[in-house]
Amino acid sequence: MLKYLDEYRDKDLAQNLVAQINYASKKSIRIMEVCGGHTMAIRKYGIQNLLPPTIKLLSGPGCPVCVTSRSFIDKAIAYSAMPDIIITTYGDLMRVPGTSSSLLKEKARGADVRIVVSTLDAVKIAKENPEKTVIFLGIGFETTTPPTAIAVLEASKIKLKNFLILSAHKLMPPAMAALIDEGTLIDAYIGPGHVSTIAGSKIYKPLVNQYDISVVISGFEPVDILQSIWMLVKQIESGIPSVEIQYSRAVSQEGNLKAQNLVNDVFEPCTAFWRGLGAIPKSGLKLKPEYNSFEAESLLPLEIAEKPEPKGCLCGQILKGQKIPTDCKLFGKTCTPEKPVGACMVSDEGTCAAYFKYNDY
Amino acid sequence: MSTDTILIGHGAGGMLSHKLVHELFLKHFKNKQLAGLSDATIVKTTSHTAFTTDSYVVDPIIFPGGDIGKLAVSGTVNDLLVSGALPQYLSAGFIIEEGLPMETLEQIVKSMAREAKHAGVEIVTGDTKVVKRGQCDKLFINTSGIGKGIENMEHLWKKPELKAGDKVLVSGYLGDHAITILAARNNITFEEEIVSDAAPLNNLILPLFENFGHSIRFMRDITRGGLATILNEICEHKNIGVELNESLLPVRNEVKGICEIFGYDPLYLANEGKVMMIVEQNAAEAVLEKMKESDLGRYCAMVGEITSSFPGKVRQLSVIGGSRIVDMLQGEMLPRIC
Repeated sequence: MLKYLDEYRDKDLAQNLVAQINYASKKSIRIMEVCGGHTMAIRKYGIQNLLPPTIKLLSGPGCPVCVTSRSFIDKAIAYSAMPDIIITTYGDLMRVPGTSSSLLKEKARGADVRIVVSTLDAVKIAKENPEKTVIFLGIGFETTTPPTAIAVLEASKIKLKNFLILSAHKLMPPAMAALIDEGTLIDAYIGPGHVSTIAGSKIYKPLVNQYDISVVISGFEPVDILQSIWMLVKQIESGIPSVEIQYSRAVSQEGNLKAQNLVNDVFEPCTAFWRGLGAIPKSGLKLKPEYNSFEAESLLPLEIAEKPEPKGCLCGQILKGQKIPTDCKLFGKTCTPEKPVGACMVSDEGTCAAYFKYNDY
Repeated sequence: MSTDTILIGHGAGGMLSHKLVHELFLKHFKNKQLAGLSDATIVKTTSHTAFTTDSYVVDPIIFPGGDIGKLAVSGTVNDLLVSGALPQYLSAGFIIEEGLPMETLEQIVKSMAREAKHAGVEIVTGDTKVVKRGQCDKLFINTSGIGKGIENMEHLWKKPELKAGDKVLVSGYLGDHAITILAARNNITFEEEIVSDAAPLNNLILPLFENFGHSIRFMRDITRGGLATILNEICEHKNIGVELNESLLPVRNEVKGICEIFGYDPLYLANEGKVMMIVEQNAAEAVLEKMKESDLGRYCAMVGEITSSFPGKVRQLSVIGGSRIVDMLQGEMLPRIC
């Protein structure tokens, strides 16, 4: 199982890369990672402590749970309270606080909320419960959208009338652009590995062209991340920004075309609300009109407004890389993984959870 | 047994209860004190007696390498041992869900009797309750244990006196039990089967007490919360820290692999037959050698040391040379593993 992992955790290789980074890095730069897996790996292996003072690492909106709006959770909770509704979801969403509750609390109070590990399990539950309506909570970036598309196509094929999607699927590049437009100082992005496996490196080309920003798509092991940082440093020092792939064992320029086609068949872009970033045009995905009969919000309309973040919570600024968790007065005191106030603490891959779990403050 | 399934009547105090006690519990837990069936058992104790209790609610109740009965005996026995006491007597309280197959209950009772024999303890008192279907999950067991304080290990009964330079030792692979339970729940199979490490640790621990006494400054069995949680407890309110070396932690490749998939950290995984000890610097190598003489300590390792830097913190050097602080387990990693 670990046959091919040890090379990517090799101390000599890692230390050699650290030396190369130290040697090459002259300018002060700010590098943002936009993938929760990268955030966790950086903290877990203490990578931030190995870098020269010229390099500042920032954590961006890379955790799909963290950027899911509170109104989405509130809607899911409202649906769960309706008669004959089964909510199906990936486990990560269970503890995310809505305005006044979470799916986990509602389940404890008797709501029928079920964790699934595959979208087709949600379809199966719908088939087995024809008298109930099954709503699948679609969250995540380019990585998790194809499985949702497959579920919709399967439900359509077998003419299921009781299977619905509540979609909060999002696209990463528009958020990366929005951050720069907002004024967040970013010199380079560590490109998300899983997103790019599906979407390819081509999706970042417009970012490089428009903002002169460097992007290196990275794997998740410590040697991957250090090599990506080294590649970014070399790009910035040479003054020639581009998109490079460090994670070449999984990512290509074109990506997974079959998965992309599936998504394009079922979804179309829409404005999406990102926790911390607000509404970003063309950064979300909704079902195409021909699949409207699977759209929860069309069939069961709900008016739930987005509420402001809890008092004192800095999740919004943390998601933009403008603040770090330790800037937040709630961090580690009233906001812990046990009792999360903000979304960055609730998700296993949230920036606050990473700081808390692997704290070095 | 007269029925093949546990019925509510088995807990009602009548004929079915009587039969259950005589034909199952007394049959397997043979000893004079229990045979009297009095409301309380009189046992001989010493001036320093250790007393502990633990409840077991593991799901599934039978798993590779053990079952809830084996856990219920070895878990409580180990709690006594690491406290510097020689285990002597156990109580056994059973809460059984109606409908549990009698064959399953008998398998677990036999297992308890076997482990008690291994651990040199007698099950001298007990209780049975039967609850309606759905009011508990198949079977819960509580065991309390009494042990005799071992004279040259009095320091283990008190707050530990630790010094910078003391070494942190573990008796073997971390996380086998937790991953066995996880795999059993999710139908995960391995090329080489991983089994629970549940075992009473008398044969590992007692020779260490005999040979190294005061050099063993602190001992704890590594159960829920894993090694990280114990080390954090040690550091709490103290002017010492712990430095761990990730490269030295004994973790099977299969366990590492599952941790990768599920996002677990072996430092937080539960074990049921592993001990962590803090040993005086000069004795550490000899303690390791002694542990290796037992099957229970064959894969023991020195994984870190007590340090005066980072007081109150557990710090881990990562495999690539970075460092991070290791905190206590937040929330639950795996529910109902023991």
